[in-house]
Amino acid sequence: MTSLFEEVPRAEEDAVPVRTVSVTVNGERRTVKVEPRLLLAHMIRHGLKLTGTHTGCDTSNCGACTVLLDGRPVKSCTMLAVQADGHEVTTVEGLAGQSELHPVQEGFKDEHGLQCGFCTPGMMLTAKALLDENPDPTEDEVRWALSGNLCRCTGYQNIVKSVLWAAKKQRAAAGETGAGE
Amino acid sequence: MYPSRFGYESPRALDEAIELLTRGQGEAKILAGGQSLIPMLKLRFASPEMLVDINNLPGLSHLTVDPDGSLRVGALCRHSQLERAAALAGPFPTIAAAAPLVADPIVRNRGTLVGSICHADPQGDWAAVAIALGASVVAQGPSGRRRIPVADFVSGPFQNVLAYDEVAVEVVFPAAAGTAAGGYLKLERRVGDFATAGVAVGLERSGSVVTRAGMALTGVGGATIDASGAAQALVGGELTADRIARAAEGAAAAAKPRSDHRGSAAYKRHIVHTFVTRILTRVADDVERAA
Repeated sequence: MTSLFEEVPRAEEDAVPVRTVSVTVNGERRTVKVEPRLLLAHMIRHGLKLTGTHTGCDTSNCGACTVLLDGRPVKSCTMLAVQADGHEVTTVEGLAGQSELHPVQEGFKDEHGLQCGFCTPGMMLTAKALLDENPDPTEDEVRWALSGNLCRCTGYQNIVKSVLWAAKKQRAAAGETGAGE
Repeated sequence: MYPSRFGYESPRALDEAIELLTRGQGEAKILAGGQSLIPMLKLRFASPEMLVDINNLPGLSHLTVDPDGSLRVGALCRHSQLERAAALAGPFPTIAAAAPLVADPIVRNRGTLVGSICHADPQGDWAAVAIALGASVVAQGPSGRRRIPVADFVSGPFQNVLAYDEVAVEVVFPAAAGTAAGGYLKLERRVGDFATAGVAVGLERSGSVVTRAGMALTGVGGATIDASGAAQALVGGELTADRIARAAEGAAAAAKPRSDHRGSAAYKRHIVHTFVTRILTRVADDVERAA
């Protein structure tokens, strides 16, 4: 509020509904004004310019637009941006640390888990959520967890290998630092 | 794809949500998990003037077994909560079988059982499970609460009997008298596709004798089909091959499938027959093993 009293001009009164929402994106609090019909995927891509989140099918089928909402994978094309108000969103840009890749990213690099790369951000975020919950998944569990993410190159074999690679790497690292505190 | 313009409210109390729906006079729509509604908004199959987002309402995320053994599923209980609830497998095997088959894992993190039943898609899984188990929807409106059996709640394709000022706050699954048995099987072309056909069976048994049988079919008609009539062939005796065959034939006859890109009507009828046989044979094997 800049003044205690301000008459709203007619044009503004008729204007589109706008809501102010605060979302923590990749650890940073962002406050934005959005129309309620704006999809979370569009807010991330066009609003926040984080174009690592891909919109593939736009019909809730493919999972390319998957982001983590409070740590759980969701399809950002099937959620309104206003619904993320007060929540934490992690996109693929938030996976890596300052200087090193996330083990899941390393796994995809090492095991050739991507061909065209379009589905990769969604795959990696779903994989991260799986490993956060289940650090030692079986191959079946990996396939099950990724069954909502489609790869049109059909490169599933290496995607699954990448996730298992990342799981092993994370477990090894946890062993080194004596995790399990 | 962008939805057409709508007003948006995210009330913090149930009364407030009901007030908004009342004011909306039928032009306001509840948004819960949004996994069916948002795609419909984007395709502009739905264009409500107002969305009442109930995700911030307290006390609706529950998945609770009451002292009498009945299961209450709140309007904000996500499919994934049901999928992870290992304790459901004993008392509610049909629910435990269906939960991992709903949509895909990512959709299951957002979508809700109650929302799925309200959406009343003939290819939705939960309405069939709820009808087979004799579940009811608890609806709250300005004048209080009422309970509606799901078999009466779903009034047609994408139609339910809720008044415009009512919120479906939970679905209640009654406790089985005796031992619960049953299952859910679905055929889909790939994970997340709409069902080609699905079958839900809910049984109660005392020893090896079936005391209650409910059955409902997914994706083989203009609405979820209540095939409990066919399931009556099972009541009052053991699960013999003859009784199983009669129930399977009855279910296949109750199906009203249409030929489409997922398969011919005859094929879908065959799937229904096979699934009923498979679920009941598994139960019979379990009973035999337990004896």
